[in-house]
Amino acid sequence: MLKALENISAFYANPTRFMGLAARLHAPLWALALALLAYGLYRVAFVPDDYQQGATVKIMFVHVPAAWMALFGYSFIFFASVTALVFRHPLGHVAARAAAPIGAVFTLIALVTGSLWGQPMWGTWWVWDARLTSVLVLFFIYLGYIALWQAIEEPTRAARAAAILAIVGFVNVPIVKFSVDWWNTLHQPASVSRLARPALHADFLYPLLIMGGAFLVLFLALTLTRMQMEVLRQKLRAKANLHGYKG
Amino acid sequence: MSDVLSDAEIGARHGLSAAAYGDARELRVEGLACTRGAALLFDNLSFTVKAGEALLVGGANGSGKSSLLRQLAGLLPVAAGRIEMAFGAPDQAVHFLGHADGLKNALTVGETLAFEAAMAGCALPAQIIATLGLGARDWQFVGDLSAGQRRRLTLARLIIDPRPLWLLDEPMTALDTQARALVDALAQAHLAQGGMIVAASHEGLAFAQSEIRLGQAMEAGA
Amino acid sequence: MSMKMSLFAAICRQHMQLAWRGGQTVLAVSFLFIAVTLLPFGLGPELKLLRALAPGLLWVVLAIALLATLDRLFQADFEDGALDRLMLLPLPFEAAVLAKLLGHFLALVVPLLVSVPLAGLLLNIEGARVPLVLAAMACGAPALVLSGGIGAALAVSVRRGGLLTVLIAMPFYVPVLIFGAATARVALEGGVGIWPYLGVLAALSGAALLLAPWTIAAALRSALR
Repeated sequence: MLKALENISAFYANPTRFMGLAARLHAPLWALALALLAYGLYRVAFVPDDYQQGATVKIMFVHVPAAWMALFGYSFIFFASVTALVFRHPLGHVAARAAAPIGAVFTLIALVTGSLWGQPMWGTWWVWDARLTSVLVLFFIYLGYIALWQAIEEPTRAARAAAILAIVGFVNVPIVKFSVDWWNTLHQPASVSRLARPALHADFLYPLLIMGGAFLVLFLALTLTRMQMEVLRQKLRAKANLHGYKG
Repeated sequence: MSDVLSDAEIGARHGLSAAAYGDARELRVEGLACTRGAALLFDNLSFTVKAGEALLVGGANGSGKSSLLRQLAGLLPVAAGRIEMAFGAPDQAVHFLGHADGLKNALTVGETLAFEAAMAGCALPAQIIATLGLGARDWQFVGDLSAGQRRRLTLARLIIDPRPLWLLDEPMTALDTQARALVDALAQAHLAQGGMIVAASHEGLAFAQSEIRLGQAMEAGA
Repeated sequence: MSMKMSLFAAICRQHMQLAWRGGQTVLAVSFLFIAVTLLPFGLGPELKLLRALAPGLLWVVLAIALLATLDRLFQADFEDGALDRLMLLPLPFEAAVLAKLLGHFLALVVPLLVSVPLAGLLLNIEGARVPLVLAAMACGAPALVLSGGIGAALAVSVRRGGLLTVLIAMPFYVPVLIFGAATARVALEGGVGIWPYLGVLAALSGAALLLAPWTIAAALRSALR
């Protein structure tokens, strides 16, 4: 099984073959993403209002999957970076770089929707509850990662540095999560209530999972598209280099 | 000097009598390729430098002279091919004098030399400042030295720490006639003891017996 | 073995000499006192408030002062070729990196650590508590220096990389700040039951010591290619 995976990934290390695969996957993946999203929103529209929070509880169906994608995105970057550095697969760097802004945007969506969701309850636009705070730190992790890619001019050097950061940063994420949770229990003022999720029975669970699935496929579609763009960009750059060298 | 070659294989070496240390010391490079970022600088480079020999690496700017030296020093990874150093690993057997001189302006000459001695793990030779022709006192700060004096100071480690292979990147830059004579003398003495030198320069070097040129293979339309 | 030790000591010593001569020690300590002085202008001079906020404020100011010293940690050597030299020594490169980090710690961080409790007096902390606060900071400072070093190493080839270093190091600072401030609070309240807190800080520093030198060496090697 592992050998088969190795063979497949080695086969697609060739950018041209990857582009062929990507072209075949592109349309179906996007179609699936949009279909799931449409279906998910449809189901969400028919979810009954929460007796406490009213209709605003429906923001949860965007907030929670976005937070899931924030974490999934960084895990994706971690595994892509390991693939690139340790197994020396050239598309690992491309995948990690492509996924980063997508993950960052999902993180931002999670933050904004979290704030919007909580505002009617808290009377304020932000509270430092454990989950929101962890997601905020995760947002800065994404920013640092993207900034590193941008700041280093030489592309292969930038790729290596970013991969190192992704791997070490990933180790840090559980530590941050644990610390923030502990910090929150230490300082819990009585007036702050955590973003209480309504009981997860079927009416809420299925739409949530569908939205989660939709976001996941959307993430993959976006990342695939960005990977295609990056491979094309590299090809253009290589052609320009060759041209400049001869000319 | 020797044949200038139109491809990347080294040509005839002028026969040198084997030095006392002879055959164990040899730098052998086979099929070496070097990439800088995504660009291929050179490919399929092979040469051998035996004890007592000096190789001049020529070529236009950007042809990969410095990169070759960095590969030999182990600072840049090898894209393809092999480097064999029978006499030791780079961290013990190589002196690498690159473009940047590695000198610290805030230290004095004396402190710099003491640091060099500490890096070498041996005592500082008695008249080293005079040997280098530095013309400066040991309490003077490196930041106050002229460019030529700084280059002379970087040569200190060659005198203090005996290592078989010298990798010199543009050794004659900013040097006046006397300083060039110093470098020549140091090089000849090193070679006479069975050492090896690989030097990159866009001008000729008197102590080099053989030469390779980088960059022409690429221009020929690879 | 002793040759490697004397190499290590020579590298450490040179880094300290350069930090001291470049005025970085004085600058860092001054920065700390300036930052603490600015706080009452923002928060008001009421002593009770300052005393209550002191533990967290001192840690934040220490972290910022540390971050400010970091960008010259490796960049000077990177630019003038000295880093190449460190790779061509009989000493393993990771050890040379550790020697520089130790030199940085001794020349810059120790003066900061000593200054922090004194700066705390400006914030009206109890004088008797100063040693405990110092102990708390000392347990956590290695974690700050080491993870900041990771940021400095990754950003070493970037001109004006100071802000990038801060951005990269910031997520690593969050756990240390959280536990460090809690420890300082316990210390300022008398220090009862402080040992578990010190233990957590020491564990964070220990983890940083395990992870950081390899990461920093890998990042520097990558930048030198």
